[in-house]
Amino acid sequence: MSGTPRTYAGADSAAGPLLTVSHAHRAVLGEWVRIAAPGQPARRGQVIDVSRGATVVQVFEDTVGLAPAGTAVTLTGDIARAVVGEELLGRVFAGSGAPLDGLPPPVGSARRAAWAAPLNPVCRRKPADFIETGISAIDGMNTLVRGQKLPIFSGAGLPGLELAARVVADARTTHGEPFAVIFVAVGLTQRETQHFLQRFEASEALARSVFYLNRTGDPTIERLLAPRLALAQAEYLAFERGMQVLVVLADATNYCEALRELGAAREEIPGRRGYPGYMYTDLATIFERAGVVRGAEGSITQLPILSMPDDDITHPIPDLTGYITEGQIVLSRELDRRGVFPPIDVLPSLSRLMGAGIGAGTAPDHRRWSDQLYAVYAQGREARLTAAIVGESGLPPADRRALAFTERFEKEFIDQGDTRRTIGETLEIGWTLLETLPREDLHRIPEEAWARRAGRGAAT
Amino acid sequence: MTGARVVRAAGALVEASPLPQAALYEIVRVGRRRLLGEVIRIQGEVATVQVFEDTAGLALEEPVESTGAPLQAELGPGLLGSVLDGTGRPLSRLAEQEGNFLSTGTVATTLDRARRWEFTPSAKVGARLAAGDELGTVVENEGVVHRILVPPDVSGVLAELKAGSYSVEEEVGRLQDGTALRLLQRWPVRVPRPVARWLPADRPFVTGQRVFDFLFPVAEGGSVAVPGGFGTGKTVIEQSLAKHSMADIVVYVGCGERGNEMADVLEEFPTLEDPRTGRSLMNRTVLVVNTSNMPVAAREASVYLGLTIAEYYRDMGYRVALMADSLSRWAEALREIGSLLREMPGEEGYPTSLGNRLGKLFERAGRATALGAGGREGAVTFISALSPPGGDFSEPVTQAALRVAGALWALDASLAHQRQFPAVDWETSYSLQAADVMPWFEQHGGAEWTGLRRETFALLQRDRELREVAGLVGPDALEDQDRLILETARLLREFLIGQSAYDPADASSPVTKTWRLADTILRFHREGTAALAGGGTMATVDVGGVRRTLSALRASPEGTPT
Repeated sequence: MSGTPRTYAGADSAAGPLLTVSHAHRAVLGEWVRIAAPGQPARRGQVIDVSRGATVVQVFEDTVGLAPAGTAVTLTGDIARAVVGEELLGRVFAGSGAPLDGLPPPVGSARRAAWAAPLNPVCRRKPADFIETGISAIDGMNTLVRGQKLPIFSGAGLPGLELAARVVADARTTHGEPFAVIFVAVGLTQRETQHFLQRFEASEALARSVFYLNRTGDPTIERLLAPRLALAQAEYLAFERGMQVLVVLADATNYCEALRELGAAREEIPGRRGYPGYMYTDLATIFERAGVVRGAEGSITQLPILSMPDDDITHPIPDLTGYITEGQIVLSRELDRRGVFPPIDVLPSLSRLMGAGIGAGTAPDHRRWSDQLYAVYAQGREARLTAAIVGESGLPPADRRALAFTERFEKEFIDQGDTRRTIGETLEIGWTLLETLPREDLHRIPEEAWARRAGRGAAT
Repeated sequence: MTGARVVRAAGALVEASPLPQAALYEIVRVGRRRLLGEVIRIQGEVATVQVFEDTAGLALEEPVESTGAPLQAELGPGLLGSVLDGTGRPLSRLAEQEGNFLSTGTVATTLDRARRWEFTPSAKVGARLAAGDELGTVVENEGVVHRILVPPDVSGVLAELKAGSYSVEEEVGRLQDGTALRLLQRWPVRVPRPVARWLPADRPFVTGQRVFDFLFPVAEGGSVAVPGGFGTGKTVIEQSLAKHSMADIVVYVGCGERGNEMADVLEEFPTLEDPRTGRSLMNRTVLVVNTSNMPVAAREASVYLGLTIAEYYRDMGYRVALMADSLSRWAEALREIGSLLREMPGEEGYPTSLGNRLGKLFERAGRATALGAGGREGAVTFISALSPPGGDFSEPVTQAALRVAGALWALDASLAHQRQFPAVDWETSYSLQAADVMPWFEQHGGAEWTGLRRETFALLQRDRELREVAGLVGPDALEDQDRLILETARLLREFLIGQSAYDPADASSPVTKTWRLADTILRFHREGTAALAGGGTMATVDVGGVRRTLSALRASPEGTPT
């Protein structure tokens, strides 16, 4: 839509972030609003409820000091839009879309609705192209593919953001296709964003990145806007410019907090733990914007970071996210304390699209190799608990072996410090660890896979 | 100005006035873009409408037009193989018209008007026809005969009926009272299609999944709730059932789920071979897809649409499997709409009518004799995935489903973490219909099916107790007899309950193969028990040998011993 702007002098009431205008003419749902009050910075808002008696505007900025009577409310006749274009690469914006890098606002190639229409499911292509992140626990056991949305479930004090930064800096496309990184900070502290930006400035990634930074002190509603501006840009680059786009969103928990805060301001009936009942649908309108489209070269891969409140994976935020995303990478406090980096607990981690990305994309026996690692590691972790009660000597021999494997697996496979590993290196470490065990412990690897392994070993 | 106008709009809800003649669940067209909406509340002249499309950009005072009819499914040849959104629009046609992204207000009929079908009449002119009587047939897809039936609300003497090539809207004949007969009929999705009588649930819905067929079988026409936290393999199970279960027609409702998963289904199903006909699986499948980011009111409607299509094929005498993935998202849609209506919420914010409405969905499953001459028997088996928050089954949607479902297939996260798939928790799962279908399995699977099943449950139960003890004292402290039980239970978990959807030789297990695997494991246990009783030790029990036998059995698609 685009209509004519109408300005009204004086709003009728204000409550929290909501402003009500009773005499607005033909207000439009979702319409973008400008609010001017004398002696105060300009504010923006969005129409969320229209009726004959009242137009309710949700104000984006802080409403402290806003006097409804003296306010001029302009209905712009347009909805929230994002400026998109290749010229945005290398630039830094606020969650509102305003430049933060001291350069003029971009003209862009197009303006797109921020709250975009959903992708028609029949136009999607099944994501299947392997992304080598350089992280063994991901590449080997929870493989990421192009078009996937794979969140990192982190926790207070856990290095979720660092892991994402590593992935972004190290991720490679196999055939040198153009690619871009879009980083959306949602309610992050100054320190966190600086840290992330510094990692970028050190690498060459900066020129092919766009940053949307909504920091802790910035308006709450921009936490809802920033990811959508970023994704409109991502969709443009991926589906119209054929780029492989990786979107990192941190922190999804802050996003959900903002959603709850605004829901409460609208006096909505809350769902679980006060979060709005539509949180699942709302999160889906973000995460579902990952994907690969038929007939387009590019892809959007999302790597959201989410802090699990109190490390609780059943909390509504990780829970609803897990139902939307295609798996999750779960960080473990225990591994982190032992100095393992990345501290990924592979047991609750999962990549639902792994099957499509491995095999032809990596190695023929990748699935069995991974299943076997999972099985022995799970057995070893259980044995570790039993050993804590009966002592290691009380374990049956197979459990004792699994336990020894588990110790080495965490030290040699999961823990990789600053090293980037190719998928070949990752697989080799896994095989080497498996070979410390007798064949009778390895039910998931058939003879022919061992033969292939032996054959390759002899060839190289 | 005359005509109804938008007097209020907020989220998916719109109030329109004046609409004094509006009826509940009537379809209206909202605004200049003519968004599809449904009346869900009437107060005087003001009708509250839930809109099935995105309302952003809707202005006050835009026109609202009533249609006089509720949300209806278009039923007729051409349904099979199609991919519909929650309101019945074919998504591929929308893509042709609109491109990659779904825009609003687009009209597209479920059935293609341009396509022509060869109609072969079977009813005789002059005959008195009642609801459900067969008029004739159309070959819808290779191997699928589509019976054209007298609609449930029509009867009379047949005046005219001609063979020929017709589009779905053309008249194929007429009754003496002038009622036109077409290949196409419409049915309001929220109303169950009538049957002549319901039949007992005494034959199984064979799934090809050992854990279900052997331990928790359901009857044809039964209903199952499949709850599981995320990552427990619900979707893989639903897809395996769609591929391998004994059903003539599959209706798959992707309700509020992932777009990429639907892309997977959409790419995979057409390439999959129907194991019985050798043709594409898509030939006998209808997909209803409303992904999580599509409008929430249409998500609510999608399950009803799926049920109506399933009932339509049931009435032709087909065995229909209806998969809904997942009903939790459907319930959440109810909650979102209830919250917009400012209804007094019940448990966890869900509307207090949740149990009632969920019950009505499940009650549409069943095996029945269809209306009409010939006594056609068909069935709708309803398999409903649930996504309980945090994997906690005590939540309202799972609990409401359990009150009405005939079986529970509970999926467990800790099993999934060990990569034990299907991750069915045998302690929590149950089937109320197992006893009814045991005679069939005894006859078709193998003798002593019931006995083997009972033995398996007893061993698994004992295994659990022993593992608790072993966790305290270490397995070495156990008696040999008990260690044999642990060993047998491990075989049961690995070879009988465990089944890989990705292993072509084992993705589907015929009931004879299931029986043979169970029989082999339990025979090993009986013989081992006897050997130990005769003074042998665990060291003499040939675990490796039985493992090799079982591996070979499992690797053989038919489960024939080598």
